[in-house]
Amino acid sequence: MIDREQVLHVARLARLRLTDAEVGRMTGELSSILDHIEKIGELDLEEVAPTSHVIELENVLRADEPRESLPREVALREAPDSDATGFRVPSPSTVEEA
Amino acid sequence: MSQDLLGLSAAQAAERIRGGDLASHELFDAYRERAAGEELGAFLWVADQAPEATPDGPLAGVPLAVKDLFCVEGVPSAAASRILEGYRPPYTATAVERLRDAGAAVLGKTNMDEFAMGSSNENSGFGPVLNPWDRTRVPGGSSGGSAAAVAAGLAPWAIGTDTGGSIRQPAALCGIVGMKPTYGAVSRYGMIAFASSLDQAGPLTRDVTDCALLLRHMVGRDPCDSTSTGVPEEVALPSSERLEGLRFGIPPELTGEGIEPGVREVFDATVWRIEELGGTVEEVALPHAGHGISAYYVIAPAEASANLARYDGVRFGQRVGDGDLLSLYEQTREEGFGTEVKRRIMLGTYALSSGYYEAYYGRAQRVRTKIADDFRAAFERVDLIVTPTSPTVAFGLGERTDDPLAMYLSDALTVPMPLAGLPAISIPAGMSEELPVGFQIAGPAFSENQILDAAYAIERAVGFDGGPPRA
Repeated sequence: MIDREQVLHVARLARLRLTDAEVGRMTGELSSILDHIEKIGELDLEEVAPTSHVIELENVLRADEPRESLPREVALREAPDSDATGFRVPSPSTVEEA
Repeated sequence: MSQDLLGLSAAQAAERIRGGDLASHELFDAYRERAAGEELGAFLWVADQAPEATPDGPLAGVPLAVKDLFCVEGVPSAAASRILEGYRPPYTATAVERLRDAGAAVLGKTNMDEFAMGSSNENSGFGPVLNPWDRTRVPGGSSGGSAAAVAAGLAPWAIGTDTGGSIRQPAALCGIVGMKPTYGAVSRYGMIAFASSLDQAGPLTRDVTDCALLLRHMVGRDPCDSTSTGVPEEVALPSSERLEGLRFGIPPELTGEGIEPGVREVFDATVWRIEELGGTVEEVALPHAGHGISAYYVIAPAEASANLARYDGVRFGQRVGDGDLLSLYEQTREEGFGTEVKRRIMLGTYALSSGYYEAYYGRAQRVRTKIADDFRAAFERVDLIVTPTSPTVAFGLGERTDDPLAMYLSDALTVPMPLAGLPAISIPAGMSEELPVGFQIAGPAFSENQILDAAYAIERAVGFDGGPPRA
C-alpha cells in the first residue's frame, strides 16, 4: 500500500530522519494500518458533511486589548540556546527546499 | 495509622481535614512516602514536601497525581518524551490551576505513553508502568501511571487525559473509575497537545463520588482555550441508588465481536443489575461505530503530526546536532521521539499530504459526522449507552508491542465517544482471570451529572471491593 519511496518522502516532509531498518519496518507497519483504515472507503459518504469540531460553538471573539504575557527572559529560559533577544539557531542558509 | 489514612477516599479525607480531624500535611506525607518509594514506574516526579499551610478550599490539601502532559510551572513536564526531558514550563495548565484554587496539592507527575500515544504505557520515553494487580501486565494507557497510582494507593486520586480512551481504558484495566468529560468541559490550556479536536482532561479515582468531586473543580470556560465551554450546571455529587425511568441502550456493534468471554460475562451481569435497579435496557444501533478506529487513526495522527511540529530543538526541550538548521531539526527529532510517536507522525503526515488528503482525512471527518449522527439518533431512544470499556482485561507486557494494529484495536470501544465529543465513564464492575473488568457508560453532550448518578447506583449495586494487593 505504501512503498519505500513514499515512506522516505513522508519522512522528509515530517523532518524525521529514519534509519534504513526503520524505513523497512515503517513501510510494512504503515501498509497494514492503512489497509485497515481503507475500510472506510466502502462507505457512501458523498452527501455527508465533514466534522472538524464536535460541539456547536459560536465564533469566539474577544476585544483586541493588550494583556499581560510572559516576560521575555521567562519565555527564553527553556531554550537550548538563546541570547537576551531571542532563540538562537544555526544558519538556515543550507536548508534545501523540500 | 498510615494504613487508615490510605484507606480514606479523597472526599472522606477532605472532609476529615476540613473538620479538623486530620492534618493535610500528614496525609500528604503518607502519600509522598509511598509515591517516592514505589516500584511500578507510575511516577516520573514526586514533590519533595507538603505545602506549608493547608490550602483553602473544598479539596483541603488532598494530594493529587497529575499526568505528565499537564504543564505545571517549575515542575518537570515532558509528556513522558525524551524530547522534552528536563523541561520546566513557565506556566501552569488551567485544569491544574483550578484544582489548586480548590485546595488540591500536586503530589507528583505520572508516567504515560509518550505524548499520550498508546494503550499500554509501554511507549513512555522513561520506561513502562506495571499493573498493580499483576506486574507482568500493562496498566493500559495512555494515562497508565495515573491509573496504576490510584489503584495501588500511591495517590488518592489523579487527573489524566483521554483522546481515544486514554482515561477510561487504563481505569478499566486497573480497576478504578475514570471519566472523559464532554469535549470543551475542561480547558485544554497547558495540556501538551496530542489531537486537539479530541483531547479532554478528566479524573481517575477510587470511586464515583471522588470522580464527581474532582470533575466539579476541573470544569469551566477558560479565555485561554476558545474551545472550552464549561458545563451548563454544576457537577453534583451523586446520591441516587435506583435507576427507575432511565433507559439504557446496548449497541451490538460495540458489545459483540472481539470481546473476551470473561469481559462479556461481567458486562452481562452488570446489565442485569441495571434492570434490578429499575432501569430499562434495549438494543440501539450505532451502525458506524465499527469504523471508529479507522477514522480515529487518521484524525488523531493527522492532528498530532501538526502539533508535534513544534518539537524542533529551538524553543524548548532537547537539541541534538550542531550542523545546519535542517539537520538540527532532523537529528533532534530522530533522537527525541520514540518509535510510536514517529509512526503516528508518519501516518498523519501521509494522510495530510498532497494527493491523499481527501481519501484519508476528508473521509475520516465524514465518518466522524456519521458516528456523531448515530449517537444523536440513539439518544432519542435511550438516555445512556453502555458497553464494556476494553475488549480484554489487562494484557501482558510486550504482548502487543510488535503489532501496532492489534494495539490500536484495544481502543475499539472507547474511540467512538471522543469522535462525537461525548462524555463517558468507566467503572470497575467485576473480575475476570483475577483481573478487573471495566463497564462503560456514555451519554449525550453535557450529561455528566446523569452519567455520574447512574454510575453511582451501579457502583453500589455491583459492590466492587478493594483493590490489588498493597505493596
